[in-house]
This record gives sequence, C-alpha cells and structure tokens, in this order.
Amino acid sequence: MHPIRKKRLTIVLFLLAGIGVAVALTTYALRQNINLFYDPSQIAAGEAPRDVRIRAGGMVEEGSVIRDPDSLKVEFRVTDFNSSVPVEYTGILPDLFAEGQGVVAMGKLDGQGRFVADQVLAKHDENYMPPEVADALEKASKAQPKAGETAQSPSY
Amino acid sequence: MFPELGQFALILALLLAVLLSVVPLVGSVTGRDNLQAFARPLASGMFVFIAMAFGLLTHAFLTDDFSVAYVANNSNSMLPWFYKFSAVWGGHEGSLLLWILMLSGWTMAVAIFSRRLPTVMISQVLSVLGMVSVGFLLFIIITSNPFDRLLPNVPADGADLNPLLQDIGLIMHPPMLYMGYVGFSVAFAFAIAALINGRLDAAWARWSRPWTTVAWAFLSIGIALGSWWAYYELGWGGWWFWDPVENASLLPWLSGTALMHSLAVTEKRGVFKSWTVLLAIVTFALSLLGTFLVRSGVLTSVHAFASDPERGKFLLMLLAITVIASLTLYAFRAPVVHVRARYGSLSREIFLLLNNVLLVSATLLVAIGTLYPLVLDYLEMGKLSIGEPFFNLTFSPLAVAAGLLLGAGIFSRWKKTDGGWLGRKLLWPLAVSILASTAVVIGYGGFKPWAFAGVFAAMWVTVATLWDLWDKSSSRKGRLHGLKRQSRSYWGMILGHLGLAMVMAGATVVSNYGIERDVRMTPGDVATVGDYQFVFTDIGERRGQNFTAQYGGFDVMLDGEKVAELHPEKRQYSVGMSVMTEADIDAGLFRDIFVAIGERLTEDAWAIRLQYKPLVRWLWLGALVMAIGGFLAISDKRYRIRDRADERVPQSTRPAGGVKGEAEALS
Repeated sequence: MHPIRKKRLTIVLFLLAGIGVAVALTTYALRQNINLFYDPSQIAAGEAPRDVRIRAGGMVEEGSVIRDPDSLKVEFRVTDFNSSVPVEYTGILPDLFAEGQGVVAMGKLDGQGRFVADQVLAKHDENYMPPEVADALEKASKAQPKAGETAQSPSY
Repeated sequence: MFPELGQFALILALLLAVLLSVVPLVGSVTGRDNLQAFARPLASGMFVFIAMAFGLLTHAFLTDDFSVAYVANNSNSMLPWFYKFSAVWGGHEGSLLLWILMLSGWTMAVAIFSRRLPTVMISQVLSVLGMVSVGFLLFIIITSNPFDRLLPNVPADGADLNPLLQDIGLIMHPPMLYMGYVGFSVAFAFAIAALINGRLDAAWARWSRPWTTVAWAFLSIGIALGSWWAYYELGWGGWWFWDPVENASLLPWLSGTALMHSLAVTEKRGVFKSWTVLLAIVTFALSLLGTFLVRSGVLTSVHAFASDPERGKFLLMLLAITVIASLTLYAFRAPVVHVRARYGSLSREIFLLLNNVLLVSATLLVAIGTLYPLVLDYLEMGKLSIGEPFFNLTFSPLAVAAGLLLGAGIFSRWKKTDGGWLGRKLLWPLAVSILASTAVVIGYGGFKPWAFAGVFAAMWVTVATLWDLWDKSSSRKGRLHGLKRQSRSYWGMILGHLGLAMVMAGATVVSNYGIERDVRMTPGDVATVGDYQFVFTDIGERRGQNFTAQYGGFDVMLDGEKVAELHPEKRQYSVGMSVMTEADIDAGLFRDIFVAIGERLTEDAWAIRLQYKPLVRWLWLGALVMAIGGFLAISDKRYRIRDRADERVPQSTRPAGGVKGEAEALS
C-alpha cells in the first residue's frame, strides 16, 4: 500500500478505536446512571420502579415536615395536589427548602412505597421553580379538572 | 438620557460590524487594497462604541438609575459600590454586553497585534470576527436590550443582586470565562480565513497559536474560579458537579486543549491541517453552544436568568448558521490541502494525535452526558438526568490515559522515535513514579485502585516533565545557564503539564480521601472528623451592610491543640429576603478545614457540615499554573522575531519547521 494511504489508514483506525472505546464506556455508564423523573401521581400509581435510583419532585406538603429529635433525619410528603409520596432524608436540607415550596429529590423507592432520598434540591431563588415540578403540577391539575378545586392549584 | 445614548452606541456598533463583515472581505477577494484598509479602523470603531455602551451601563449602575429595567432588576442602592459594578454582568443582558465587549476587544487586539500579517489574511480574519459581532449585536439589540427603561413608573429602589453573586469569585468568574469563550473566536476566524483563501500552512498555524493559547489560559482561570466559587459559596464543599452549566464551559476547554496541541503539530510539521481547522471550528461552536446552554433557559441553574424562549431560539439560530456555514466551507475547501511530511508510527506526531483522540473522546462523552437529557426532554421522550457517576466512570479513565501518554510523549521526538530508546528512557521515571505514588496513597490512609491510578498519572506527568527539563538543561556552563537557555514556550509547556498534574493530584486525593460529615450540634458539642475535633463554641447575631447573620463559632483541634477558629454564617438578606449559607474555611496548601451551618433544627440545635479536604487547593492552583504556562508561552520571543521575518516575506510560503529556533522550542 502507498505509505501515505497506510498512514491515513492508521490514523483512521486510531480514531475509530478511540471513538469505539468512548462509545462502549458511554453506553455502559449510561445504562447505570440514567435517573428518570417520576411525579407523585406516577409513584402512587406504582409506575416507578423500586430500588432503582430515580428522581421525584413536587411541592412539600404543608405541615408534613417531621424532624427526628436526635439526628439529621427528616420526613416530609411531596405532593402534586393529586397524590403524595412520603420522603425520608438524612442530611442538610437546602437553604430554600420550605413547606409549600417545590423540591426535587434523588433516591430510591423502598418496599413500603417510601422514597428514601440521598439528595434534595430546592429552587435557587424565589422566582425559580424546578421545571420537572412545574410540569408535574400542570399534569396533575389537568388530570383532575374538578370544579371548585382551582383554589388549590398553586400560583407562581 | 445616558441609557438612550448607550442604545444608540450599540446600534452604531452594529452598523460598523456589518461594514466590517462585508467591506474588507470584498476587498480581499477582489484585491482592492482601499477596501481592505477599512478593516482596522472599522474594528477600532466597533470597539469604541461597544465600550461606550458598556461604560454607560456601568454608569447607570453606579448612579442607581433604576429607571433602567435591567439596573432595577439586578441592583439596589444598599449594595456596596463594587457589587454595583459587578452587577453590570450579574444578569442576562449585561453579561451579554460583557460578552460583546470582550469580542470587540479581541477583534481590536487582533487589529493591533497583527500589523505584520499579510493584508489579505488580516482583512478576512477581521471580517469573520465582524460577522460574529453582527450576530451577537443583533441578539442583544433585538432580544436583550440592557437599556430598556421603566418609564414613567420608576421604582424607588432595585430588586437587588442575587446574594449568591455578591462575591469576589463571581466578580471575576464571568469576565475570565468570556475571555476564554470569545478568545476562541479568533482561532475560528483565522481558520475560516485560511479556508477562504486556501492557505492552510505553517504560517497560519503560527498566527493562530498564541491567540488560541491565551484564550485557553483565560478559560482555564475562568473555569477554576467558577469551581472555587461553587466550593465555598454554593456547593457546600463540592468543587465540580458535572452540572450542565459547568460542562458547557468544560467542552470548549477540552477541544481547545486538543486544538492547542494539534496547532503545534501543524506549525512544526505541517500535518493534521484539516483536523486542526476542524478543531478550531468545533471549539468555537462549543463556545457558542456553551453560551446557548447557559443563556437560553433550557437549563435551570444560577446561570439561567430569565428564560425567554425567543432568546434561546435566536442563539440556536446563530449557532446553527455558524456551524452550517463553516462546515460547508470546510467541506469545499479542506480537501485542497495536501500532506507532504512523513512521520513514523512512533513519533511525537503520533503521541499528539493520541492526545487529540483522547481529548476529543472526552469532549464527546461530556457532550453526550450533557445534551442527551436535553434532547430527550425536547422530543418529549421523558425527563431524566444523568448522574455524576456517569461522568466519573467515563471521564476518569480518559484523564488517566491522557496523563500516561503525556509522560511518555514528552520524551518522544518529531518524525521518528526509537522504541527501545524510549523504553529505556522511561524506565527510571516509571520506577520513581510508582514508588512515590504508592507512598502518597498509603500516607493518605490506604490503597484504593482509582486513587492510585490518579495519583500515579499525576506523579508520572510530574516526574517525566521534570526529567525532561533536567535533560534539556544540562550544559557545560552549568545547570543555571542551561535552565536560562530554555525558551519561554518550553517553560510554558513545562508549567502547563505540571499544572495539569496538580489538578489531577488534587482531584484524586480530595475525592478519595476527603471526609465529609453532616451532624446535629448544639453549642458545646464536639464532633470528630478524621484527626480533627470540632468544638461548637457559640452562635450569635451579626449585622452586615445589607444582611443580618447567624454567626457561629467553632474551634478546630488537632492533637489537643487549637489549629483554627472558624465562623460560618447563615445570612438573611434584607432586600430579597433570601437566605445564604456562608461557609468558613481554614485554607491550607495541603488541606482545607470547612464548616458550614445548615438549618436550625430546634431552638439551640443546628445541622452542621464539617469537612476535611486534602489537596483541594491544588485543583485551582494547578489551573492557575496551567494558565501562567499559557501566558509564558505566548510571550516567547520567537513570535516577535518571526514577526519581523514576516515583513521580509509577506506572502509566507515557508515550509513547516523551516525556521531555526522553533524546532528547539518543542522538540
């Protein structure tokens, strides 16, 4: 083969090998690290898988936050005003975590339908709403178009 | 009246930019010098008017002109003056104006520092930069005018700057980052100009190199500042989250690093030309992608300000036009270039090629991890996120491989390297690195495979780099003379690689041996983290200029002795009623001690985060060392000497590597 062609071939092979390795690593890693988002209604309906790391989000239900007196354990309920899911978390909650505010939690569903979170994210500032939460609330309000309940739908 | 003047200045700048993108280009194609002569004055004029607009916006901030909507939304009369100043780029419109100011600054710099470039080249480069400016000036004038007024209902006071942004790290972070992003537009413009006139030669590579290097250096600093800021202000001690916004800045950095190295090969050996051009285009496209991701509101983070879909569409269109136009040009012009130089299958060329393969693979990985969820969401195929483990799992092996390759590549020669010789050369550095990294890993508390791999890669890069410096600096007139004889670009390379080793060492050690504890504490409690005891002494109140704070006191003890007294705060800002956690850190070269106050649990109990962070500073110091290396490399006198050479040979057709002195710089 012509030496220049041979060189080009080596270069192409190198590139392909590199890209091949990258693609293999990517697909392998992706398969284990994709965290799907589920809203409270989906979780209550049993659509979310158990013992798989997922994300869940909604509003923190008013009056649902219970703190353990001796540790950093905290329990609260996340709702889309249609269904709600109990969440358990041990650690420091973000500054803007509060009842009646939107949160996104990352964690796993245990056997009792309780969401054990290892990470809780709240909004960054007073204007911001996590888009998943906004979406979930919108979906929930459409799924439940009963008259007279509009007062419950949050405004922001 | 000043704000209207600012808007007027922007419109004038747009007109000049339109002229700049047409007139010199037409002149260069038709060969009319009188048209090409407009390039430099137009570039200067554009800069002057944009600087004027920026100055007027700054004036509006400093004088609390709340009739300007942007000022009213992002400032407050109670802010200290320096935050009023930095609030200029605290929101979408102003940061875009800063972006454009940088772009015109770079354009101006090209006009000034390229006096010796062939007229055709400089006209085309400035024209391309003019086109980029047109796009962004249109963007700011149509969708994001910073001078919009709130008339006649002028608010009495402003809504305040987001407290997260009231910080020195944030004053510096955007300008540095933008210097990098926008700087790559110069490399892009050179590449496009070279494609237009079909002259992808060593001279083109040499002109592009310093611009690319300096943009890369700024971007390195910008990313490091962002990481540092996140560490003490936002992240509760985390320094990199693989957040899409961070990734957006990492993408052009990775491809820019690849570009820097492939430019070196193109300049020295005249090969990889098409590849280098493609990288220059891709790097700038990634800078635009970064701007799009951060500014369009597709991502939600501190960076995404108002999410106006119009803006996102406009930016996406700019990105699409840039990519499609330049790739079309590339498709038509790139095959014209022929490669003549030969090189062996074990040579510096091959090592640098592999470096590029790794860096581009890393770019792809990060791009996939960042864009995949966005694309799926856009196609309404579900909402998902890709977790940190994905990036850690895929990025780390590539980083380690790049380190291993670097250590070996440093000794390699252009054209052909003898395999046996290289093997013998590497034997001692290998032995030293294995011993040293084993000692480090065990010293930090135990062998872990990944920790060892990372520390070894860092050690290997360090030892090989210093070994090479030792070899090169041997001289009959003594070591000092030998060291002095090395060129600045060689020193730049040494620092760049040592900086990388520092980042690798810091990242590996802090992720593997750092300790983080969240505890519930009441004043008087003691908590242990590693070898350190934290005593929670008291908590009280403190008033700042625009906030009140819960002010904690902690004594940090080591072996019964007090090593630090820390005062973390929980601030309530009076204007926006927002709450901020201000961690307190005892910083050290080898370890940081970190305390942050979480929520108040009961009347006297608080959630407290305590951390021990070994070598965390090395991450940012390493980036700084890299950047210093970059600045050193461009100050090399060969760029000045060769500038003069250009005057004699304006239409440079010299073969690659033809000039003495340059071969020593990298070989």
